[in-house]
Amino acid sequence: MSATSVRPRAQAEASPAAPPAKGKVYSPYSNWFYLPSAVIYGVLFVVPTFASLYFSLTRWSLFESKFIGLENFRLFFQEPQLVKGFTNTLIFAVITSGSKVVLGLLLAVLLTSQIIGRGYLRSVVFFPVLVSTIGVGLTFTVLMNPERGLINGALEVIGINGPGWLTDPKWALLSVALVDVWKGVGLATLIYIAGIVSIPREYMEAARVDGAGSWETFRRIVLPLSRPATVTVIILSLIGGLRSFDLIWAMTRGGPGFTSDVIASVIYKQYQAGFYGLSTAGNVVLFVVVTAVVLPLFWYLNRKEVDM
Amino acid sequence: MSTAELVNHRPGRSYLLSAVAILASIVVFVVPFVFIVLTAVKDRQQAALLDFSWPHQFQFVENFVAVIEARDYMLVIAFINSTVLTVVSVTGMVVLAAMVGFVLQRRRSRWNPFINFIVLSGLIIPPAVVPTIWVLQGLQLFRTMTGLILIEIAFGLSFCILLFRAFVATIPRELDEAAVIDGAGPLRLFFRVIFPLLRSVIVTVVVVQSVNVFNDFVNPLYFLPGDQNATVQLTLFNFQSQFTTQYNLLFMNILLITIPPLVMFLFFNRQIVAGMTSGAVKG
Repeated sequence: MSATSVRPRAQAEASPAAPPAKGKVYSPYSNWFYLPSAVIYGVLFVVPTFASLYFSLTRWSLFESKFIGLENFRLFFQEPQLVKGFTNTLIFAVITSGSKVVLGLLLAVLLTSQIIGRGYLRSVVFFPVLVSTIGVGLTFTVLMNPERGLINGALEVIGINGPGWLTDPKWALLSVALVDVWKGVGLATLIYIAGIVSIPREYMEAARVDGAGSWETFRRIVLPLSRPATVTVIILSLIGGLRSFDLIWAMTRGGPGFTSDVIASVIYKQYQAGFYGLSTAGNVVLFVVVTAVVLPLFWYLNRKEVDM
Repeated sequence: MSTAELVNHRPGRSYLLSAVAILASIVVFVVPFVFIVLTAVKDRQQAALLDFSWPHQFQFVENFVAVIEARDYMLVIAFINSTVLTVVSVTGMVVLAAMVGFVLQRRRSRWNPFINFIVLSGLIIPPAVVPTIWVLQGLQLFRTMTGLILIEIAFGLSFCILLFRAFVATIPRELDEAAVIDGAGPLRLFFRVIFPLLRSVIVTVVVVQSVNVFNDFVNPLYFLPGDQNATVQLTLFNFQSQFTTQYNLLFMNILLITIPPLVMFLFFNRQIVAGMTSGAVKG
């Protein structure tokens, strides 16, 4: 079983299927190594996750719970503000994830080219990833102030009357999504840069010999071969987008009204209000949404990759 | 000539492109940070204008002291709390996740798909908030730093395990075999042979996760409420209501909280990029 020697460019991510071990051969890879992680993870993550399935069906005060069936879920999909949170979550995730893929790839191509100030550009694009989300949120809340904010001030100079970014119900969610992209695109770029740089140079040389220009090289070589990076970026940003809470909370608190509420902020609001059962139901809904969106996508994208 | 240079081989165009890119980067990415710094050193009246202008008078020290002293030195306490939280939980995460990632990559067993599934679900499934509080209360760990540290470890493990597993795949198995032949047991093999080789990915994990934990807002909000326990992100949030009329102090707070990630970044930028890139290149 340990005879599997060096596989060139082992795609460990892509082929998780392992041949089942036969017999009790001595292994230097002890299963005890799993134990500490398994305990912490099991008690603080797995148990609450399973517990949430039950408690979402109850009216719950942390000390006693009363089984009420699907009442919480019925409420969740009937109250307009909770439904709004549900649709907003999907919109937010799709917008941010799509933008990060496109912008991340473009920036990565730009930042792997022979451009002046490449190191500076990479740093400056990546840095917002490391900054506190709450800090970014509060800063942009001020910058997006409709009357006095810098953004509308700048737009006025070129003759555009900027909208009330965070005060206009039509714009609030989009504005938060915009800031999320601003903050997160650096990570997508970094992942893409790693992907592009790892493309074997022979491919590029071969393409050049065959007379391919920049666009052709990008279209035929960079784009298909950075597919693993695309998969990573899409999955990561979708998960992040669906679960996103702090930026929205810092910028709008779900407002104006509940027009920029997402499931995660609904969960917090219900928790604060003491509706623990309803809050947990929100958690289960979020869990189902994330799983329903991400898992099929994950399988689909990875299958395509194997086909290639 | 590197791969990257071959991708775009247009020497003639790159001056214009560079100028545009640098200009755009300043407008989009630099200006917000300059705004933070400028507002942080303004006096109260000027900061309330919210405009992008040069400060009439620099009040760096006054604002700094005012923020530090606010609410009985809450920011100082918060910095201590955040430091403890970050250091302990990231250390725990790195060691535990490296162990799991190593065994998971090396050992071929029929449990692997199941373990991979569990690890992956940790990345995907949003933690159930109130049931976690319920479990923590049962363990007497709710509202304690220990509880929050364990929470951060539990929620951060998956990401670290995936990174470590991918990186361990790049370490030749022959190395293990040689060490085993030389008489190394599992612990020795891992801590003396493998762990040092993971250095670059450890740096990546440490930087990424300590920034994550330091910047984490949601978990302290839920699992460690109370002013005495505040972490830096919560101070920002608590100060927001108090400082609505004192934007200079709010932004001074933001500035102070941005410094630790900035230091991390200046110090480790090369290692992050090198770490992630080398993982991708060696494959």
